[in-house]
Amino acid sequence: MGKTTAEKIFETHLVNEPFPGTKVLRLDVVLCHEITTPIAIDDLIRRGKDRVFDPTKIKAVIDHVTPSKDTKTATQAKILRDWAHRHAIKDFFDIGANGVCHALFPERGFIRPGYTVIMGDSHTCTHGAFGAFAAGIGTTDLEVGILKGVCAFRQPKSIKFNVTGSLPKGVYAKDVILHIIGQIGVNGATDRVMEFHGPVISAMTMESRMTLCNMAIEAGGTSGICMPDMTTVEYLWPFIQGDFASKEAALADYSQWCADVDAEYEQVIEINASAIEPTVTFGYKPDQVKTIGEIAGEPVDQVYVGSCTNGRLEDLRIAAQILKGKKIAPTVRGILSPATPKVYQDAMKEGLIEIFMEAGFCVTNPTCGACLGMSNGVLAEGEVCASTTNRNFMGRMGKGGMVHLMSPATAAATAIEGKIADPRKYL
Amino acid sequence: MKTFGGPVLFLERSDINTDEIIPAKYLTEITKEDLKPYILEDLKLPGFDPNGPKTRNARVIVSRANFGCGSSREHAPWVFEVNGITAVIAESFARIFRQNMFNCGMAAIELPKEDLDLIFSHANDNDFAMSIDIEGQTLTMAGGGKQKSFSFEISQFDKALVLAGGWVDYADQKY
Repeated sequence: MGKTTAEKIFETHLVNEPFPGTKVLRLDVVLCHEITTPIAIDDLIRRGKDRVFDPTKIKAVIDHVTPSKDTKTATQAKILRDWAHRHAIKDFFDIGANGVCHALFPERGFIRPGYTVIMGDSHTCTHGAFGAFAAGIGTTDLEVGILKGVCAFRQPKSIKFNVTGSLPKGVYAKDVILHIIGQIGVNGATDRVMEFHGPVISAMTMESRMTLCNMAIEAGGTSGICMPDMTTVEYLWPFIQGDFASKEAALADYSQWCADVDAEYEQVIEINASAIEPTVTFGYKPDQVKTIGEIAGEPVDQVYVGSCTNGRLEDLRIAAQILKGKKIAPTVRGILSPATPKVYQDAMKEGLIEIFMEAGFCVTNPTCGACLGMSNGVLAEGEVCASTTNRNFMGRMGKGGMVHLMSPATAAATAIEGKIADPRKYL
Repeated sequence: MKTFGGPVLFLERSDINTDEIIPAKYLTEITKEDLKPYILEDLKLPGFDPNGPKTRNARVIVSRANFGCGSSREHAPWVFEVNGITAVIAESFARIFRQNMFNCGMAAIELPKEDLDLIFSHANDNDFAMSIDIEGQTLTMAGGGKQKSFSFEISQFDKALVLAGGWVDYADQKY
């Protein structure tokens, strides 16, 4: 019988099975940020175990609140910074080099097919876009990961999503994943891996695949996973060219992590991408979705473009294409947070930042920003934000605020009209 | 090992998420104890008051499906712990929240909907309480002079974590 990608990764990384059904895996990368890591560091110090299993396999960034906004966030940053220096963690990204973790770490080539990846952040599932098993975990699991390089999991079953047809104009990876979550619900993939297949996924860029996998957790999924292919190799090539004689050789090696054709799935779900329309959430759960035609016209106070879901160069290009030469509505505050310094610089070189600013957007430094209402871009009570982020929970962007999740294209069209708008008329 | 059981806080809704349990703006607190006042601050349910006596006296939470969905923040179990709540009983849990509870030596117990319906029928009983025997895998509810027990499933690993008081020392010895 064939194996799924997750089964292959579990098999090759298994340390032991201390109890039936619990598998302890060896970790290839442990990712850290300044919100969930400092308490793990403090606890390790308190236990007399201030050690790291391998400083080359630990990557850390300050991204949620940066530059620090007050004494508490400055202290969190300092704890992470001091710890990274103390343990000679070279891949530590501080002010000037920092950006949103799930955009920055892939951009640096840290994530490879077949890897096991953990982070104290639920959107770690993003990294499955590279054919990795990547799971968000809590601070205690992170602490053990830092100390011992292992993590315990229940072996997840996999659900195969076969995405066929082609993406219509104005429809992007964000619409596909919102559509899927709307179909299976916020716990439709709990304790499951969401494996994405089909011609639509094969045709997607790595950025789009990351957008797709990023929101697996919003359906409860442990990891999203895409099959590594030549697109994966091309993305990673600057980092792996010393390891392989050719791209074909890299592809041949990475293909070992692709699911077997006779792999067994708990469920196979067919998605016809051609029938998907621009999709927007309307309530306080990511599975509460409407097509653009059902929700267009709802007024908004703020438009946010950014985050680990949609803050990459491709996303900025899509939004800028719609914003070019236009002004956002006077009733709307537009905020752009490029996800990484590289995204920011590339967007400047391409003239995208100018388009956003000419349209009336405020451009912030790379940070998680408004997404979770921890630093900037917080909503007042009763205000509404059209957002390219991943969560619309009650109070997420500020107490009493409301968030509509959508693609960068729909967000850009919405900014122009001051109410939720169909991006297709601007394309 | 922690003790499990006591007065119950009923949260009658599915998909209660970690932002409702502890909003992100409080994730800048450095100690668990500092989280204490903010328990369930953003949760809006009919008749529910995050500062009311039912919340403050609770030792157990009973809720519905997909409890703890959303963020990976272990601050969610911690804000329960510092408020004296060491067990959550629900129809199902989000994976990360469930594991965080056990990793902290606390209990996330799943019961079938029928059992929860019965427990919820006591939501307005004044003297209602539940006790949890992890080793015996038994929940007992008592109220209105009546008592009833339910058995539950728990993985051997999660049971070992509860009995050991958490995952860190266990892992450091074994791996």
